Amino acid sequence: MHPAVQGLITIVIGVGGCVGYFYFSNQILDRFIFPARGDDAGRNINRANMVRPWLFLFPAIFALGLYLAYPVFETLRLSLTDRFQDGAFVGLANYGQMFGEPKFWEALRNNMFWLIVVPATSTAFGLLVAQLTDRIAWGSAAKSVIFMPMAISFVGASVIFKLIYDARPVEQAQIGILNAVWLQFEGGPGSFLFLRLLPAIMLLSFAAIVAYAIYVVASRLISDRRQKGWFAPLVQIGLSIFGAWLVVLALINSVQVFSVEYAYGKPQQWLTLPFWNNFFLMVVLIWIQTGFAMVILSAALRGIPEETVEAAIVDGANPFQVFFQIKVPQIVSTIVVVWTTITLTVLKVFDIVFAMTNGQWQTQVLANYMFDKLFRANDWGVGSASAIIIMLLVSPILIWNVANARKEMR
Amino acid sequence: MDNIAGTKSTLTWAVHISVVLLVVLWLFPTVGLFVSSFRTADQISGSGWWSSMFAQERQNPAVRLGGEEVQEGELFVISGNLFGGSEATVSLWGTSSRAPQAFSPGETSELSRDRTVTLEVNGDFRFTATESQEGKRLPRVFTTATTPPDFTLANYDKMLFDEKNIEGMAKAFFNTLTVTIPATVIPIVIAAFAAYALAWMEFPGRALLIAMVVGLLVVPLQLALIPLLKLHLNIGIGKGYLGIWLAHTGFGLPLAVYLLRNYMVGLPKDIIENAKVDGATDFQIFTRIILPLSFPALASFAIFQFLWTWNDLLVAKVFLIDATGETTVMTNQIVELLGTRGGNWEILATAAFVSIAIPLVVFFAMQRYLVRGLLAGSVK
Repeated sequence: MHPAVQGLITIVIGVGGCVGYFYFSNQILDRFIFPARGDDAGRNINRANMVRPWLFLFPAIFALGLYLAYPVFETLRLSLTDRFQDGAFVGLANYGQMFGEPKFWEALRNNMFWLIVVPATSTAFGLLVAQLTDRIAWGSAAKSVIFMPMAISFVGASVIFKLIYDARPVEQAQIGILNAVWLQFEGGPGSFLFLRLLPAIMLLSFAAIVAYAIYVVASRLISDRRQKGWFAPLVQIGLSIFGAWLVVLALINSVQVFSVEYAYGKPQQWLTLPFWNNFFLMVVLIWIQTGFAMVILSAALRGIPEETVEAAIVDGANPFQVFFQIKVPQIVSTIVVVWTTITLTVLKVFDIVFAMTNGQWQTQVLANYMFDKLFRANDWGVGSASAIIIMLLVSPILIWNVANARKEMR
Repeated sequence: MDNIAGTKSTLTWAVHISVVLLVVLWLFPTVGLFVSSFRTADQISGSGWWSSMFAQERQNPAVRLGGEEVQEGELFVISGNLFGGSEATVSLWGTSSRAPQAFSPGETSELSRDRTVTLEVNGDFRFTATESQEGKRLPRVFTTATTPPDFTLANYDKMLFDEKNIEGMAKAFFNTLTVTIPATVIPIVIAAFAAYALAWMEFPGRALLIAMVVGLLVVPLQLALIPLLKLHLNIGIGKGYLGIWLAHTGFGLPLAVYLLRNYMVGLPKDIIENAKVDGATDFQIFTRIILPLSFPALASFAIFQFLWTWNDLLVAKVFLIDATGETTVMTNQIVELLGTRGGNWEILATAAFVSIAIPLVVFFAMQRYLVRGLLAGSVK
């Protein structure tokens, strides 16, 4: 049978089956099990109404349980067993083996880079675009374009960016735009401007922004004595220390950028440059996720009460002050939501690495490492163990989300 | 609004320019792939796609002369046009690979055995010989010429409609479609009923269930792969369409339930209560009132699920594609082409664009619903 026909039949059976199930189960409930007639009519109606929600919920609960909840526990169990010993319990041996592999630590390290760079950059770009397009006439068209990569598959985006990173021998014409631009630099004043001064300025302004954020957080911590609980200040202190580390790093690099030797005139295989290639992969995801951040932040910016902005302008605030001191503080919660959502995407990133480098040249990430273990090494134990690591990394967000959802429902 | 206290024109200009820059930056990669898919292999490796928009001077690949032989007195003459009539302006040319720029247009190159070639600016050539060239190989001509922009549909023809091309995308395209449609439709039905129960029916444990759905929303797919593959293999589904439909249904459900419930909760309470007073059953309320009113949310989720299943690689690799490769989907086909045809950009670009095209159409046609879904779906 042709798969398309099979697909059509599946739709009919699937949809028809679902609708039929809901219809007939309701009928059976009302007509036969608890019929609304005779002596017990009233009680039966109540009983039927107690059962009915579960009729509506059953298929969803069953599918969710089988396809998402059960696998969590089963993966945990599998991570403690060894497939090659008939699934015998081996305790933490799989984890031990995994922690002994340099490739795992490489994947974990790269994932950390991804976790820092991609959500931060996507959110920052998204916020920038949202703010800029808010006030111009053709803003919605511009937004459409920035949003468009959301529709493109990770694999498609990988092909798109592989073309950008393409390198040809120096005597041939470069067909990758990055190398074509790179070969324009030859060490003259233009190169100094774009490859040394500009990066240094960008690093310095990054350091300045982070330092300013730390200053704001720290001054609030010190001045605001009415602290609620210990958790929030602890997180803020942790973030501040991390931010300080970033500032130091940025400052050191902004000095070093003047003394780095560049390979002028040589086409670069961008995806094989150790360490930097990670960033070339991240660019793909940033390109895709910025649109998402922009859409949500743009809606949040529009939701800001206009009086607050007007009052600030009347008080003489300039546009930058309005943005950073009036608007951003009001949408912090949305920024956090965007940030965590992108973080989740980053933790699961697989297709981009798989399609572009397959983890070679030190670009491994956890999701691809897991796939590797699972289907190339056929080692289900270690594969499950790495899946559990991904789950552990996700779980703070999971708990936070659930807590928030519960708070909202009350 | 921000400029109530007077317009700052320089700042406005800066805003316009930065937005233009960002838009160009974001569009540039996709356009590059799109343009490349309309160029021949020679054109792609000859110059960057950005220069294909303009007439450009470049060294063309060698062209072997050919055509009808005419006898003019003692001479055997073959004449014709190197570029098959397309507009091109020759600046330099040659007859050997060692000196491809030896002659100017209008000059005559004298070859061995009393043969000559003359080439004009527009590519017209005249080849003469003192004996018939019947059955012999004619010389090759190397040209440096300015050619106008030239695009072709041949790549698409080859990748989509050439049945002999085993790398073609036609089969993968239909496979993707076969995966996508049931995997989009079925979760909607299941989720809609569940969402109604979670939104409008009173029962113990409702809050807990909603919290569970929110939790499952972020459970990484990776955790589900091994146990479910084992399950599918054990109960006889194996790798195949049924398996991937079920998997996509399961993985799509949390978002579907969450989105639809959030939307349904916001529907006006009066309508539902009035219907109840009038004696409608829950089933009737759901099918007659809730479903039609929830259309925007249904559309949002449908788009999400469509894009996600269409673009998915991981789930297809685990649950669908077996050793025969008969059921390959487009994303997988592209990854394989990346491995085997890494440098053949005409193939890669075309293949990638075939798979990108449909989501882009859906995206631009239904952007409104997509935005609405995003706004409702991000956990607040």
